[in-house]
Amino acid sequence: MEEIIISTIQRTMVAGTPLLLATTGEIICERAGILNLGVEGVMAIGAVTAFIVTMTTGQPWLGVPAAMAAGFAVSLIHAVASVTLQANQVVSGLALTMLGLGLSGMMGKPYVGRPLAVKMDDVAIPFLSDLPWIGKALFHQSPFLYLAIVLALTAWFFLERTRMGIQIRSTGENPKATENQGVNVALIRYACVLVGGIFSALAGAHLSISYSSSWVEGMTAGRGWIAIALTIFALWNPARAIFASFIFGGIFVLQYLLQPLGISPNFLAMLPYLSTLIILLAISFKDPRRLNAPARLGAVYKRGER
Amino acid sequence: MIKIQRLEMKDICKSFQGIHANKDINVEVNSGEILGLLGENGAGKTTLMNILYGIYQPDSGSILINGKPVRIANPLESINLGIGMVHQHFMLIQNHSVIENIALGYKDTPFLFPRKILRQKIKSFSSQFDFQIDLDQKVWQLSAGEQQRVEIIKTLLNGADLLILDEPTSVLTAREIKELIDILRRMKADGHSVIFISHKLNEIMEICDHVTVLRKGRIVGGAQTKDTDKLGLARMMVGKDVALTMDREKLPKGDRVLSVRNIHVTGDKGVAAVKNVSFELYKNEIFGVAGVAGNGQRELAEAITGIRPIDSGKVRINGRDITNLSPRQIYDYGISHVPEERIRFGIAPGLFLYDNAILKQHHLKKFSKWYFLNYERIKLHTKSIITEFRVATHAINNQIRNLSGGNIQKLILGREISEQPQLLVASHPTYGLDVGATRFLRRHLLELCRQGSAVLLFSEDLDEIFELCDRVAVIFAGEFMGILDTDDERINDIGMMMAGSKRMNSDPVEAGLTT
Repeated sequence: MEEIIISTIQRTMVAGTPLLLATTGEIICERAGILNLGVEGVMAIGAVTAFIVTMTTGQPWLGVPAAMAAGFAVSLIHAVASVTLQANQVVSGLALTMLGLGLSGMMGKPYVGRPLAVKMDDVAIPFLSDLPWIGKALFHQSPFLYLAIVLALTAWFFLERTRMGIQIRSTGENPKATENQGVNVALIRYACVLVGGIFSALAGAHLSISYSSSWVEGMTAGRGWIAIALTIFALWNPARAIFASFIFGGIFVLQYLLQPLGISPNFLAMLPYLSTLIILLAISFKDPRRLNAPARLGAVYKRGER
Repeated sequence: MIKIQRLEMKDICKSFQGIHANKDINVEVNSGEILGLLGENGAGKTTLMNILYGIYQPDSGSILINGKPVRIANPLESINLGIGMVHQHFMLIQNHSVIENIALGYKDTPFLFPRKILRQKIKSFSSQFDFQIDLDQKVWQLSAGEQQRVEIIKTLLNGADLLILDEPTSVLTAREIKELIDILRRMKADGHSVIFISHKLNEIMEICDHVTVLRKGRIVGGAQTKDTDKLGLARMMVGKDVALTMDREKLPKGDRVLSVRNIHVTGDKGVAAVKNVSFELYKNEIFGVAGVAGNGQRELAEAITGIRPIDSGKVRINGRDITNLSPRQIYDYGISHVPEERIRFGIAPGLFLYDNAILKQHHLKKFSKWYFLNYERIKLHTKSIITEFRVATHAINNQIRNLSGGNIQKLILGREISEQPQLLVASHPTYGLDVGATRFLRRHLLELCRQGSAVLLFSEDLDEIFELCDRVAVIFAGEFMGILDTDDERINDIGMMMAGSKRMNSDPVEAGLTT
């Protein structure tokens, strides 16, 4: 029993890692007022890029920056479309998802079924990993897990406790007034979309070179969509996203755990979406201003328009 | 400590699409002085201040600070020069706290922990001006007056020596106005200068040292407030030649078309917007309703055309009671409507010209049978409107949003009068249009009236009222301050009536109406 619990916690942390990375990225992006539905696609691109680079060079640590660069590049499409060209963000984001899934499938074709010789090793944190029970579950994990938590906390601090954070949040709330205070709204939005893309690509890299060590087309398996749901579930707060991501990660693990007991995995797979729906309902009943939803999320902003 | 001892704007000219918004404007304000800019809507006050704040560039003319010419390319440069502006519509982030809003606009906000560090600075600063605002409250929880104070703090923290206030009292309650005046007095004593934009005479007289009056983009007068009075300013603002009407032929008064009796209408905010308004309208007559925007004009127009429910009172057309009938029924009784905000209320922007040409007439026999529209007829009809009203467009299957405002308005007017209405309700029909389109539309209104219709014209443009109307009612805070013939001597006081400081007895015909 003890072992089952420990291994459940451990797998929960693993399953929550990509969710947390992608959610943090999406929160930053949405806080600046840009809705990016392309997370799933960017994640797939990140996964395949990290995999190919790691496989060719044998260096997982080269796969990570490569994935980040790829995430940056494909997110630039969404940034140009939604900020410069003022296109509909839903359409552009969906297009990015399709593009990313298709492109990653094509790029990864020659690599299907070829496992990595070296994958990213788990790291044991000295002393802490020796703690009984939780030591192994929490402190002997993939570097991506630590990175995800550190990035989420940094993002929270950045958004809530720095000048730039105020500027980013103001941009999502009222770009016109923000521009009027001498802030470059377009620049901020570009930066946030691109950072969001980099985070999503990191989530993908975790899947292909740390979590598993092989590439399968469609291996993101809807995690990008869950990240978008998590953004709402966490009420656009990266600190809250940490807890939310691991709860959702736990549901992932439970799917397999409870299957032998006759509970349909489909029911559990539904839970993240169901709980997000409930949160959305609660938002619509409550005054949305008390929650953190950015007021101008997804709205096109044209300079100089009244 | 005060960087701006004297600010001058010299020979400022600015035009938009060939129309002068500002022409040869000279103003000057000194440290410790409050300058009032007085004028009707569209007189060019805000344009002038937007030039000073760096939002617009002047076509010609110069700005001098302490005698030295400066160029102000954008608001940031203007802030650095010591100029601050509080816009009529506040530039605040509603969901953020007061302190976050201040941090956003403050030029020396530290990167880390902006709130913690700014708090002390604001505290000591606001005690100096006696501002009392909870810095952690969200802006949406504040009253309009408090929000304005946040805006003022923002400009002062950035070191503004010259404060521009654009219509600062329009959203304030009487008490808040008093508090604002106190703050301005204190700033004045401190050596700040203030430019105060308003069309309200009382405030200008109370607050300002000096007043400059603008009309149609030009300076028409200026005076020390102690050397002038409200009547003098009102005359300047409206123009002395107001009673001189254009070449409008005097038509004999026809039969009564519309009678409105003691109607009360509630506005969007749930408060009374139209209070006990009564008037009558006759064939061959254009009846104007003058007033500053937001005094119940919109609600009155909507009540008569059936868009907004009437709480009490009666509206009759040709003796038939049409109170609270549906807009369609009212239209079928012969009242058509050229609404304000033509893009929002007058058209369906994404539809073609020919769809828009029959918006309220699709149910007429000639345009439809059963559920099917007769597009052949509709297109013919559209073409005839386009030729007759000179709508400039390359095709009738063009989305109407691609047309200019003037052409849209011509199509709307053409549509509304194509069925020879008994009464046309026209709300600000020429607002924002160029001279050519304006003249064209006004001629058509006169022509309509000559053909035997009545026109109820809502306008903020007094020239338009005097050019077109036989009689004019002045509306203030939902009430008629009086109904006068446009050739009545007393019409010179229309500015005072619009400001709500003078009420005229109605002429005997109207007075007898309520009995």
